[in-house]
Amino acid sequence: MSLMKIFDTAGSGMSAESLRLNTVASNLANADSVSSSPNTAYKAKELMFAPLLQQQSGVAAGDASANVGVRMAGVTESQQPVESHYEPGNPMADANGFVYGSNVNPIDELVNMISASRSYQNNVEVMNTTKQLMIKTINLGS
Amino acid sequence: MSNLLDNVFGLSGQALDVWQRRSEVIASNIANADTPDYKARDVDFRQVLQQASGEPSQSLALSTPTPGQLTVTSESADALKYRVPLQPSMDGNTVDAQAEQSAFASNMVHYQASLSFINSTIQQLRLAINGGGQS
Repeated sequence: MSLMKIFDTAGSGMSAESLRLNTVASNLANADSVSSSPNTAYKAKELMFAPLLQQQSGVAAGDASANVGVRMAGVTESQQPVESHYEPGNPMADANGFVYGSNVNPIDELVNMISASRSYQNNVEVMNTTKQLMIKTINLGS
Repeated sequence: MSNLLDNVFGLSGQALDVWQRRSEVIASNIANADTPDYKARDVDFRQVLQQASGEPSQSLALSTPTPGQLTVTSESADALKYRVPLQPSMDGNTVDAQAEQSAFASNMVHYQASLSFINSTIQQLRLAINGGGQS
């Protein structure tokens, strides 16, 4: 039953979007982290998505490419400059009394969160509809 | 007898197949709504169903006298078409979430229509077999 493949596709979409949501959560949680040098300061992480081609043997070329999930191609770090604060009393402060915060932009993260949750909902809706139709198909003729 | 049962559902069975395939393609588009450089695709329903039903198209077909020569139908009918983006985005992605949602919804309604055609045929056959005595 080829409707089953939709579960794989929508499932890959859901796991990708939940990873994105996870990244947003990490970035927001570390928005106020401080570090003693700019190199070790927390950098905002971003995900890269890429199409996932499902190559199956014994399936025609047209069919194999009809079904494309999504996978995570990698994680990149934001190249924005990190903020430095003058806090001589902080135990993390360097010799000059500076601590280095993260380069997380909370507005970017919130926008990312809304986008990820909407895409996740889309995939859930696809899966739900497909499930109902599969049940209808199974009950055919009763 | 087997001949009768083969054609009993008419085109609905094949249509069901094509709707199923189209829903797969649209599900892929929705899953890749945030993938850079992904191009949204769709199935040309009329062309694929025409090919599935074995009906010749209105226009004259290209003749292929030499074995191994490419035919028009084998190249075009099975291939997926790329959607023309209404609002192209900078990352090269051409998926329009609203368009895909509406396409998926209408596709599933069509699927249910084909399903209910098959269902009513089964009920008719059952009525004919039982003679209306019991269902």
